[in-house]
Amino acid sequence: MDPSPQSPPTKKRKMATSTSTSTAAAPAVVQEHQFPLPPILTHPSASPPILITQGAEGRLYKTTFFSPDIPCALKYRPPKPYRHPVLDARLTKARLAFEAKVLERCRREGVPVPAVYAQNAAAGWIAVEWIEGAPVRVKINEWLGQRPKNEEEERSAAGQDHGPLIELMKRIGAAIAGLHRTGVVHGDLTTSNMMLRPHTKKKTTTSEQTNGVSKEEEKAKLLEGDVVIIDFGLANQSQSDEDRATDLYVLERAFASTHPRAENLFEHLLESYKQSFKKGASVLHKLEDVRMRGRKRSMIG
Amino acid sequence: MALETLQIEHVPSDHHVYAALFRDVQNVDFLQAQLIGKNPEFEYAFIDASVIISRTHLFAAIFRALNTLTEGTLQTPNVHSDIVIGLNPTNNISESYRRYGLTPSKTRDVLVIKVVYPKLSPENSTITSEQQPTPESIWQHLTTHIQGTPVPLTNEEFAKSTDRAKVRKYYKLNGVPGVERIDKADEEGRRREMEGLVISGIALRGL
Repeated sequence: MDPSPQSPPTKKRKMATSTSTSTAAAPAVVQEHQFPLPPILTHPSASPPILITQGAEGRLYKTTFFSPDIPCALKYRPPKPYRHPVLDARLTKARLAFEAKVLERCRREGVPVPAVYAQNAAAGWIAVEWIEGAPVRVKINEWLGQRPKNEEEERSAAGQDHGPLIELMKRIGAAIAGLHRTGVVHGDLTTSNMMLRPHTKKKTTTSEQTNGVSKEEEKAKLLEGDVVIIDFGLANQSQSDEDRATDLYVLERAFASTHPRAENLFEHLLESYKQSFKKGASVLHKLEDVRMRGRKRSMIG
Repeated sequence: MALETLQIEHVPSDHHVYAALFRDVQNVDFLQAQLIGKNPEFEYAFIDASVIISRTHLFAAIFRALNTLTEGTLQTPNVHSDIVIGLNPTNNISESYRRYGLTPSKTRDVLVIKVVYPKLSPENSTITSEQQPTPESIWQHLTTHIQGTPVPLTNEEFAKSTDRAKVRKYYKLNGVPGVERIDKADEEGRRREMEGLVISGIALRGL
């Protein structure tokens, strides 16, 4: 049956999708590798749920909630077979309940986070608002990708055309400040856990104008939008400078490794954080200490 | 016929939800008496429409009740009363009935929900399918007993009867920064933010 038994499996799959005869088999291959759906998603919906990503703790599906025109993100934490069932149920329930509560609290305080649509912590799922747009990580990399490649060019261009990116860094700083002000620390701040949601209004006019505007303006649009913080799976309620500084430190490290070319712009984020948060200055002071020793303070155990 | 079959996502396919909205209902006291008398003919969720801000708000409460029904963890005698208490962000059941259910001489617009699903008969645990009501029979029953004007279940119709002050009070939305930071002129933005918080409140009850 197989025309090339020696070829590696990855290559075979690629070929299967490209040749017209075996395209019918391709969806079956996808199905085979998919996880069983959580029970809540086995009930009918207007469009089938799509598995977006799989993390260490759970899986994220895109589906619709309440009515077919409301997209949502459903996070499912499957039971872990290696844990005692009673303990497993309790941990899953407690963590999801906590995540839901933190999201609601942030939402009430006006911090841009997804709204909670429904949850069943005992069954291991939570459905939250679907945030349009792309992760900040993707957008920054797109932006940086358009930058001049060779070093000399880069040096000459440095400092003058990073305006929109600096603006974005400031918006991120302000969003984190808002989060910390409500007494919540995120626990896993990265540019992947922030979405850049495009502004909803005047969509048609901007797309019509794209031909007229200069390349610079077009580039600037790339980084437009509201910063929405997502994934509160590791969040905690804390008012301490130490925890807040750790939050910033984790982001700083993540930022430096995902966007090394923009590392020097991180200071703008910190500056805006300081300005939009009353206790910002003391948190930044603490950040110095955290940088010296890493994020783990407690040396006990 | 103004009885709508609601299509709610992720609800078992053998569960059917019907809803209708009646304006200026004259016999609220009669309807409430049927509920208090536990008249089996009146197994409906009767909701005071003034506390509902949108279809999505209503769907959130219905979804929650259906979810507890399928999990077998109803908090009240049946799924219909669970829809009414599902609207409440707090756990007080009698308060839920008072606030979201019917109040004679106060309630004007009545929202009716009927859930039809295969019930297991207690003796032999087989599905008793013979007397499942049809949309026609439900509508017939409602129009004979509710003295009011049926209107379609649209967000516009809900907006006409919503008592914003009451919603803000019941869902603790007064002076909440999440809503207050939105410009007063942005009516739609404020409504959406309120809706989001109302739904979160419904979703989080009991946590």
